[in-house]
Amino acid sequence: MIGLPQLYALTGLVFAGWALATLLDRGHGARLRGSAFWALIALEFLAGDSFSDFHNGLIVLALVGLALAGAPGKGHPATSSDAQRAASLAIHGNRLFLPALIVPSVALAGTFLFPRLAGLVDPKQVTLISLGLGAIIAVATLLVWLRPPAGAAVQEGRRLAEGVGWAMILPQLLASLGMIFGLAGVGEIVGALAPLAIPDGSRLAAVLAFTGGMAIFTMLMGNAFAAFPVMMGGIGLPILVVGMGGDPVVIGAVGMLAGFCGTLLSPMAANFNIVPAALLNLPDRYAVIRAQWPTAVVLWLFNTVLIWGFAFR
Amino acid sequence: MTALPSLWPLAGIAIVVAGFAVRANPLAVVVAAAFGSGLGAGMAVPEIIAALGKAFHQNRYVSVPWLLLPVIGLMERGGLSEAARALIERTRSATASRILLIYLAFRQITAALGLTQIAGHAQSVRPLLAPMVEAAAVRDDPALDDDGRNKVKAMAAATDNVGIFFGEDIFLAIASILLIKAFLESAGILVEPLQLSVWAIPTALAAFAAHGFRLWRMGRRP
Repeated sequence: MIGLPQLYALTGLVFAGWALATLLDRGHGARLRGSAFWALIALEFLAGDSFSDFHNGLIVLALVGLALAGAPGKGHPATSSDAQRAASLAIHGNRLFLPALIVPSVALAGTFLFPRLAGLVDPKQVTLISLGLGAIIAVATLLVWLRPPAGAAVQEGRRLAEGVGWAMILPQLLASLGMIFGLAGVGEIVGALAPLAIPDGSRLAAVLAFTGGMAIFTMLMGNAFAAFPVMMGGIGLPILVVGMGGDPVVIGAVGMLAGFCGTLLSPMAANFNIVPAALLNLPDRYAVIRAQWPTAVVLWLFNTVLIWGFAFR
Repeated sequence: MTALPSLWPLAGIAIVVAGFAVRANPLAVVVAAAFGSGLGAGMAVPEIIAALGKAFHQNRYVSVPWLLLPVIGLMERGGLSEAARALIERTRSATASRILLIYLAFRQITAALGLTQIAGHAQSVRPLLAPMVEAAAVRDDPALDDDGRNKVKAMAAATDNVGIFFGEDIFLAIASILLIKAFLESAGILVEPLQLSVWAIPTALAAFAAHGFRLWRMGRRP
């Protein structure tokens, strides 16, 4: 059965390719550090299962240390010149858009087909497996169609990866911090403190504490999923539902959306806010948050009013 | 009233807030916060390192989508961004604000159907959407400086976020709906996913109205 192990092996090989290409790039300012950075990620994907938790932890610390020392840095990955791209556009025209449809189409087909092919693909990982399969098919198609020089897939991937830089591992590291917070009992403490912020009997204050708590705790954790059980368990269920007779459906569903407003405001939600700023080469790391904060604030108010007005009928 | 628990495990949260406020390197902030909360909860240093390693290892799936970088790089090598720009330069009616409005609707509707992976920052914003809106903005205002271009590109990424966040919860089988259902179930309250996802619709419409209004205003500013 195809599942996460095969996908992790593939991902490990991609990172290993970048490690090797960086090592061979003599024009790279931090060649050894950059190569070691990609190699450690590859090691984690290819062999992390056979290390102890402590050794995996040392790999994390080494990655962060390398990042602080300037890894992965920027080299000179081979790519096409502006003139070559213009020539390619003149030949291929709008057909250049077609490969962009491969990954979405495979994701779509996989989502519907894989669950029917019992035993071939791990049913819990259909989305990620489809993504990996789409990547393989798209790279193969592009190599056959455009016939770039050997190694272009590695070099072009490295060009983008160097553009994102150390932020590549930030989402995974932040997800890990969420687990450490869980171990340390941060959620329980916040859940115990949150009700203290509410004056007795005020419905509006209780709703505000709930939606505000969802947004703020989501900002701190970078993830509404981590905030939901804490705020729903601390305020939503005991005070709004049990204490004031609110509708758990409205409070749960809209409360989660109030948390999403916090995601739009948080650098901790690196996947959505920090990584795209890097992918688009924006000089301001917080540029995406700056672009979306007015929308987030308006929608947070909307969600608060929605619960206040419709959960207590 | 029960006694308050020890507050020391919250040290990590304080470190996160302070770290992002002074714009320290986020990787260093995260590691410092892990140690802050771990030590605050009475864990030993090797224990914290092991917990960090275990969590990082378990969360590898988060980094799997980087597999797409070679695909996007190869498409860019073939001239995809140039093709997107050329298309926009020919289509004068496609203003930056109209492109983003259409994308917002597309992203909300497809996410509501559960198709969250067919677009995204790596899949669609970097190779297609950002070059298109940048080309449209520059075509309509040739004097646009770098700062202005970066603002338009940031708005493209923001529009992708707003679209997926406030579309996906209409889909029944999305993780957040299942989490709400499971949480309420553990408290003895049985709800159907459909009841929950129906309540995502008002906010989805409000998101299109609020963000759409901002995009429309962006198009009206000279």
